Amino acid sequence: MKIKVLFFAKLREVFETNQLVITFTESDNKVSDVLTALRHKEGVWAEELNENKSFRIAVNQEMVAEDVVVNDGDEVALFPPVTGG
Amino acid sequence: MSVRVQTEDFDVSQEMLVLRQKNPKVGAVASFVGVVRDLNDGDEVSALTLEHYPGMTERSLEEIVSEAKSRWNIYDALIIHRVGTLLPLDQIVLVLVTSAHRGESFKACEFLMDYLKTRAPFWKKEQTSTGERWVDARTTDSVAAMRWETTDDE
Repeated sequence: MKIKVLFFAKLREVFETNQLVITFTESDNKVSDVLTALRHKEGVWAEELNENKSFRIAVNQEMVAEDVVVNDGDEVALFPPVTGG
Repeated sequence: MSVRVQTEDFDVSQEMLVLRQKNPKVGAVASFVGVVRDLNDGDEVSALTLEHYPGMTERSLEEIVSEAKSRWNIYDALIIHRVGTLLPLDQIVLVLVTSAHRGESFKACEFLMDYLKTRAPFWKKEQTSTGERWVDARTTDSVAAMRWETTDDE
């Protein structure tokens, strides 16, 4: 199954991309599996997505926690805490 | 439409007139305008760039407006948030709320701003004399949003 992952603001700049696609061979994956896959890319990926870093997760444009299940075709987004207004 | 994300500036009095003019039951209009300052964390700011998450931004703002409508007896609300590059003195955000009496409008307006600050996917990047930097989220904004979850609104 394929999951599209979007990056915004500082994460987009540090990762030097605004999106990528992760393919899982088995089903039953959670947001935490998406994060694990990205951390395996090491370097800035492992650094910025470290558990002690503050970032937010959205699945299909709703903010969620790491234990939420992701399905084929879902849009996951990772971004820093918001600073609008 | 009660939510707009745009690069263009907005005219507060025009927006206020449009929001209230069709409803003679409106007795109060509360408004908040956020403006770009030329100073932040001790440094001069020459410009601000606002990034957002198209789609999720509109959706989260609409959810915040629905939440305000379910909590207070208000007639209508409008949120306009600008994106792109802005300069000191420029308007960034407008929140308008109409109701029969002032209390409901004041509360809902403050609630909308507090929730927007912590839930809507916007990010500010500042241009300062020492270069560009992303603005960090403030703990005071989270605390301001939290009080709406813990206190009785009556």
